[in-house]
Amino acid sequence: MTDRDTTTAVIGKDGVDALISVLAGRGRTVVGPTVRDGAIVLAELTRGDELPYGWGVELEAGHYRLRAREDGAAFANSAGPNSWKTFLHPQRERQWTAERRTGSGDDTDTDSREAWVVVPDETPSRSYAFLGVRPCDLRAIAIQDRVLTGGPYADRAYRGRRERAFLVVVECTEPGATCFCVSMGAGPGVDGGSDASYDLALTEVVDAAGHRFHVRAGSAEGAAVLAELPHRPADDTTAAAARERVAAAAGRMGRTMPEVDLRALMRDSLGAERWNDVAARCLTCGNCTMVCPTCFCTSAEDVTDLTGDHTERWRRWESCFDLEFTHLPGGTVRSSSSSRYRQWCTHKLGTWHDQFGSSGCVGCGRCVVWCPVGIDITEEAHALADERAAGEGGTS
Amino acid sequence: MTTPAPYRVVTRTVEAPDVATLVLEPAGDPLPPFSPGQFAMLYAFGVGDIPVSVCAVDGHRLTHTIRAVGAVSSALHGSRTGGTVGVRGPFGTGWGLDHAAGRDLLVIAGGIGLAPLRPVVLAALAAPERHGRLNVLVGARVPGDLLYASETDAWRERGARVLVTVDRPDARWNGDVGVVTTLLGRAAFTPSDTTAFVCGPEVMIRATARDLVDRGLDADRVRVSLERTMHCGVGHCGHCQLGPLLLCRDGPVVTWAEARSLLRVREL
Repeated sequence: MTDRDTTTAVIGKDGVDALISVLAGRGRTVVGPTVRDGAIVLAELTRGDELPYGWGVELEAGHYRLRAREDGAAFANSAGPNSWKTFLHPQRERQWTAERRTGSGDDTDTDSREAWVVVPDETPSRSYAFLGVRPCDLRAIAIQDRVLTGGPYADRAYRGRRERAFLVVVECTEPGATCFCVSMGAGPGVDGGSDASYDLALTEVVDAAGHRFHVRAGSAEGAAVLAELPHRPADDTTAAAARERVAAAAGRMGRTMPEVDLRALMRDSLGAERWNDVAARCLTCGNCTMVCPTCFCTSAEDVTDLTGDHTERWRRWESCFDLEFTHLPGGTVRSSSSSRYRQWCTHKLGTWHDQFGSSGCVGCGRCVVWCPVGIDITEEAHALADERAAGEGGTS
Repeated sequence: MTTPAPYRVVTRTVEAPDVATLVLEPAGDPLPPFSPGQFAMLYAFGVGDIPVSVCAVDGHRLTHTIRAVGAVSSALHGSRTGGTVGVRGPFGTGWGLDHAAGRDLLVIAGGIGLAPLRPVVLAALAAPERHGRLNVLVGARVPGDLLYASETDAWRERGARVLVTVDRPDARWNGDVGVVTTLLGRAAFTPSDTTAFVCGPEVMIRATARDLVDRGLDADRVRVSLERTMHCGVGHCGHCQLGPLLLCRDGPVVTWAEARSLLRVREL
């Protein structure tokens, strides 16, 4: 973690416009929320007016609708269908290329015909600036950092993108009905225990005094960028209003996890009946894994051209809900729907701790919203806790 | 992601109708040394890669025994002498033979499971003073599936107790018939002072480990090598999870004390 500069300031909408152009001027591809196809998605931004000013979202299990906001706020909406992993850990990525050596061209020369060379994919990392990273998603980035770069084999391409990325956090003032970051200790404020460092943290305030953003710099580059924006010194009123809105958001979470040790609950629930209940509803479509900001699983794919002399290794997102995910010569390990939902849920809330030292859930609620049948991980966790409690009651 | 290092196929030995052993030599810079029990991701040009345990390490040379069951293993199995195979590794945990110093050894293999155990046998034979009695118990479906048939007599001559059984004997088989655990009664070991190394189909591992614990072996001293799908070998792809374990990182060799409760859960 880098030392956090204590620089603070207040900027207006013009400051956000300038932020995009300053970051672009520093050679960065600026990505942030924008309205597209009836949803707030993350996409490349070139102007401040592409931000979702005046748009909120209405969320429920299996339900997402945009709704207009009277106050014109840009960031008073919670997680959309995509997350920053789309950029840091892309859906498809080439890892290497291999070329068969044509050698002497003599077909009887087995050695030269069989030899090949591998060229790692060294495409220079894009330099991103992420505008509008929610504290839950900042936590998600830290979680993926540990998975992909925390072990002895760092994913170099991921690390390259990650190290160059400039993160502009926007604290959450408008949680959705499916949000539970407070239960996971991942929000709604940036100081709520989040463990990835940021460059700038904004808090949006819209009131009688105007539409403005309280800004804190979290890095030297963040402070330098802030200095280039039209800004004024942070005033106590704006700072207090920002704090108050984040504190109020913490009290307005739409969902909660049961107040138990979730890791232990998962360990105790491997034989729970509830998995069969979920399986009766789950379509095993894998949407939850695609929208989850921490789900990292991938499959390797080899693609060869028509000559057969040029081949590429690609890596693509994979889902533990796919039957092929656990394919072995003797058959599929997790063939039932119940075992696949159990794997996803117990990994996210339980065994992730064993593997990577933290929970894999940040409480963003995406899996709840984008499940086509509205399966809600918080509801399932409550049901598992109830089943365990009933079992304990029954045996006492 | 590391890229596969090209290794040249020096020799190819047919072990069984669908099984071949490849001896590989680095075509460029060699990889770091492999320990017995560790695995490599072996890459067939344009087809893909799969995890394969080492079955001998000799300087920079690597030996792998491959059974043709899928597209990648069939391509590797079909490699010709002089051909090139890609290698990434070494990955995973080893058998930990050093921790068995002074104890009797039980090496128990089912089918192709003898391949990852072969370096344990070879290492134990090379340093007999470092442990007690060496037992090698081998089970196969049919006599034709028995691996390293030409070597097992030499293992006996060098002091190992080698017992072999098959599930389905043919007309020429006059040895034992039945599952590998039926051989345990004739193995020479003191249960309280023995380390077991077990590899084979999961059903065989469960039955064998349970039997060993029933006979008085400590579950911490029963080491098993487990198999799950692997796409990366480096803990990033997520396929090889078994509960809290990432088998490419925390395995493939784990103790029965670790594996027991996990394998008890169906479809974990």
